[in-house]
Amino acid sequence: MDIYLLIEWSVKIGVVFFILMTALAYIVLLERRLLGFIQMRLGPNRVGPFGMLQPLADGIKFFFKEEVIPLEADRTLYMLAPVVALVPALATVSVIPFGDAIEIMGRKIPLCITQVDISLLVVFALTSMGVYGIVLAGWSSNNKYSLMGGLRSSAQMISYELTLSLSIIGVVLFSGSLDLVQIVKEQMNPWAWSAGWIPKWNIFTQPIGFLLFLISAIAETNRVPFDLPEAETELVAGFHTEYSSMKFAIFFIAEYANMVTASSMATLLFLGGWHGPFVKEVPLLGPIYFTLKVLFFLVLYIWLRGTLPRFRYDQLMKFGWKFMIPVALANVVLVAGIALFLY
Amino acid sequence: MVPLSWYLALSAVLFTIGAVGVFVKRNVISIFMCIELMLNAVNLTLIAFSSFYREISGQLFVFIVMTVAAAEAGVGLALVIAIFRNRQSLNSDDVDLLKL
Amino acid sequence: MGLEQIFFLILAVLSVGAGLSVILQKSPLYSAFSLIGLFACLAALYVSLQAQFLGAIQIIVYAGAIMVLFIFVIMLLNIRKEESALDKYKYLYILAVPFAITLAAEIIYALRFVQEPTFKTEKPMIGDSQSIGYGLYTTYLMPFELTSILILLAIVGSVVLARREKD
Repeated sequence: MDIYLLIEWSVKIGVVFFILMTALAYIVLLERRLLGFIQMRLGPNRVGPFGMLQPLADGIKFFFKEEVIPLEADRTLYMLAPVVALVPALATVSVIPFGDAIEIMGRKIPLCITQVDISLLVVFALTSMGVYGIVLAGWSSNNKYSLMGGLRSSAQMISYELTLSLSIIGVVLFSGSLDLVQIVKEQMNPWAWSAGWIPKWNIFTQPIGFLLFLISAIAETNRVPFDLPEAETELVAGFHTEYSSMKFAIFFIAEYANMVTASSMATLLFLGGWHGPFVKEVPLLGPIYFTLKVLFFLVLYIWLRGTLPRFRYDQLMKFGWKFMIPVALANVVLVAGIALFLY
Repeated sequence: MVPLSWYLALSAVLFTIGAVGVFVKRNVISIFMCIELMLNAVNLTLIAFSSFYREISGQLFVFIVMTVAAAEAGVGLALVIAIFRNRQSLNSDDVDLLKL
Repeated sequence: MGLEQIFFLILAVLSVGAGLSVILQKSPLYSAFSLIGLFACLAALYVSLQAQFLGAIQIIVYAGAIMVLFIFVIMLLNIRKEESALDKYKYLYILAVPFAITLAAEIIYALRFVQEPTFKTEKPMIGDSQSIGYGLYTTYLMPFELTSILILLAIVGSVVLARREKD
């Protein structure tokens, strides 16, 4: 525990947090503009050049709005719910690697805040804790719609957590490690028959696993087409009906942070993380490729929101339990067979 | 270096708290939660011993205990729901006879 | 008083506080959330004992699945406050303190001969997924398979028990 380690951690935490919060604000803007274009209208474009100052305007609005707290609400849990929703969403960033280890002044610095050998499990542990924010919000608002929305939303999240965990078993089998850095490194080897051009990304070796992961990640983050518990036209607004101003903004930020985490996991596990052309010669290209891939998934999320209708709740649960889990189990058996006989 | 006896003392205290909870609480779900507290105290003991004696079998035991606790929680809560449906009360004083 | 000991003491105080909060709260929902706090403290303790795989599994299984189940049941059955049993069983509260002291004394007496082992060759404790997987599939294969049957029994049992009677 020398001073250089502390400096390294502080710098990494500062940089990552700053970039993350700015990115979250601008992802909201990106979503509103993209949705506008999909729906044949312009999104917000007045507040700055191309609407770039819109997040600032939204932040100022949220700060100055009046906080309305329901009379019979359970105050402790009501105040605690946004915090419990936000903290796991932001904490998962601490184990996500953005690039390969770089050398500065003789020290090998990994480009993640901490490198643990079970980083995949840490991400899953933290996303399981995110369910509590929604459950607490639904219960403490003392409102029928919030309670129903909260219970439905959390039941949906825990149902799709199963498929999420089952779909990455194939990835772990192929890479032999739970460490995200190791999983990306295993994907950097090229196929032997492609003369070094096509890499062994997991999207090519296990496409079913990728599709399962993507669908269950969308269900986990409560996004369209799985956003019945919190859509505006259903159940008033679901679990965050009774929340106003800054607490509502915190739920909003938590949802987008979950989206960013899910996109990062999809790139790291299936799309090769920071791998791309010439990344071994120019290490700086690693984070750039990573950011581009994460942006691709975010745009995919927004695109799905603009295009698809939403599932009814019983259709959603039936889909999760009666279709996704058997397919995920079959995928595990298939990938295990391939791993056994080909490697 | 934290001595082994500190971990065992913490585990003993947690186990005692759980046992007192089972003794004193009346709500069936609260009793169940105190049982989970006792199970976790034992898990801590097992992992402390496993770490100090450099044996992996303690951690494997904890793995099995966690799985069994999860199965037990599922069945126990299903029982609680069934009891509530039949007696409309979750007080353990009302659940002491098999006759409704 | 090194850094490790301070860390352990903070976590120990937090976990004992959470444990006391579990048994002292009147509402089962607050007890459930105190229990989640306890699980988080215990997971941190497991990581400090080089059992990091089990620390993550503790959060995923206990705090992320079992307690969600508890909280669902508490919310669905709308359990607000525990009915006060102080009228009928006041003596229990007085009896609890000697019971606790006796139990704690018995446990400490039973463990009085435990001491840390000394090794001729210093080997580190490894609690990562490889060693647990290796043990689980070679020496402890039978408990592993039996546990999977147990989980199947639990699934079938809870579905049957919680099902509504069809008229």
